[in-house]
Amino acid sequence: MKTMGIIFRRELASYFATPLAYVFMVIFLVMSGIFTFDLGAFYLRGQADLVPFFNFHPWLYLFMIPAIAMSLWADERKTGTIELLMTLPVKLSDAVLGKFLAAWVLTGVALLLTFPIWITVNYLGEPDNGVIVAGYLGSWLMAGGFLAIGSCMSALTRNSVIAFILTVAICFVFVACGSEIVLNAFTWAPQVMVDAIAALSFLTHFDSISKGVLDVRDILFFVIFIGSWLLASAIVIEIKKAN
Amino acid sequence: MIEISHLTKRFDNFTAVDDLSFNVAEGEVLGFLGPNGAGKSTTMKVITGFLAPTAGSVKVDGHDISVDPIAVKSLIGYLPEGAPSYSDMTVLQFLEFIADVRGFSGQEKQRRIDKVVAEVELGSVIHKTIDTLSKGFKRRVGLAQAIIHDPKVLILDEPTDGLDPNQKHHVRQLIRNLAKDKIVVISTHILEEVSAVCSRAIIIAAGRIVADGTPKALEARSRYHGAVSLRLASDFDLQAALASVAEVASIEQNADDPRRFVVFPQPGNQVFSRVLDLSQAGQWPVTEFHLVEGLLEDYFRSVTQGNAAKGVSGTPVGQQAGVTA
Repeated sequence: MKTMGIIFRRELASYFATPLAYVFMVIFLVMSGIFTFDLGAFYLRGQADLVPFFNFHPWLYLFMIPAIAMSLWADERKTGTIELLMTLPVKLSDAVLGKFLAAWVLTGVALLLTFPIWITVNYLGEPDNGVIVAGYLGSWLMAGGFLAIGSCMSALTRNSVIAFILTVAICFVFVACGSEIVLNAFTWAPQVMVDAIAALSFLTHFDSISKGVLDVRDILFFVIFIGSWLLASAIVIEIKKAN
Repeated sequence: MIEISHLTKRFDNFTAVDDLSFNVAEGEVLGFLGPNGAGKSTTMKVITGFLAPTAGSVKVDGHDISVDPIAVKSLIGYLPEGAPSYSDMTVLQFLEFIADVRGFSGQEKQRRIDKVVAEVELGSVIHKTIDTLSKGFKRRVGLAQAIIHDPKVLILDEPTDGLDPNQKHHVRQLIRNLAKDKIVVISTHILEEVSAVCSRAIIIAAGRIVADGTPKALEARSRYHGAVSLRLASDFDLQAALASVAEVASIEQNADDPRRFVVFPQPGNQVFSRVLDLSQAGQWPVTEFHLVEGLLEDYFRSVTQGNAAKGVSGTPVGQQAGVTA
């Protein structure tokens, strides 16, 4: 537990030691602004809520999160520091969790920095702030899901660009499988199968959380999803670290 | 005490380490020699717990690396090949990170960092990012992280690779100072380094031990051991002059310098004094006369290639007791 904290702090500090953290946060804020106000027609809707803001998050994360996650393990292997890290008295689980949490906190900070939009909507009207808090929580959980996939993909290769592309591809599957287009293509299939596919999607679970419905099952979905992909990361690292 | 028994490491269908067994005791500085791809680094990676062995066991101070890896890793200081470190950190941040992971805090942490910084002379670059350092400094940062917890076992994979002669000298000095109550295992290509710092040398080839002994003992197994190197001023039939000496096994002429010869003794015999007496009695036109003590390099080649490299190329570079006539 203590070593996890040490690794977490090192990783987080290294995001801020390079321009990475700042570039990520600025692009994230600019993009979420464009999506909300331009594509989401924030004002035209005339409603005091953040639905257009949260609606675009899955698509925004699809490209932003893999950029953070791609270097998690690929860089360690490329520079050989994985050999240093894995020969220190550190448990693999501590290393995997510490790195993941550092990246997750970075996305959390970026998410919190969108607070002006929350102030705006409170200035303009009287939104249900409980729903907004749920939306932020759901969005952060979803970011964790993306990151956990990215952690595993990054462990698969020493090339961070390949890790990026793999992460985008797999995340896309988990986002798109809940969309109308994909589900409509499965009209021939039994309803159970369509439901199962939809249940795997980030969209299904994120939508209900961001509408203010804090169902334990949706939260559990993300927690188990993150846990499974992190476990897969640890297994992949164990197998691939020698190459 | 490191106990390695029947250690085997296979990658897919390539056997990097093949049934290796040896022990290393406290106070020993073990030089791990072998051609590229012989399995040196792989063996070190297994001892340090980075790779899991395919078969066999590694025990450090009684702890089995497969059973209790954290305990073993706490005992070992390891400099991986190429001295990797987190290049976006400053030297101080990096050493603080290592000290944290090693479980030091407060005054003790500060004291240990100050000590290693002084030992490997990093004071001038302590606040620079590792990225901007020269190769020599990066190597020293790697050494500093390996010794910060004063480990019982120090494993250094090519510690002087890429250093200039002064830095090499400095690192060897450091290893000698550290070695007193520790186990030090170093891998190297530089054979003079083994003679300079190691109390024991193991030569491995294709994952197996082909020689194990003190550097002096290994040198003595070289066919150059006890040979006499001499240079003549004019043409002289050395073959005929030495025909009567039974202890002489062969005489080789240097390809580059036809007046330079090496006289090899029969195994276990000495020819130095006989050849010296004959040369003085026969008034040979000798300008140089050396006793060759044996060449680790020659022995290394002979055991790692299967047969000794033929032909004498240039002056032997080993330690020589010179007598100039």
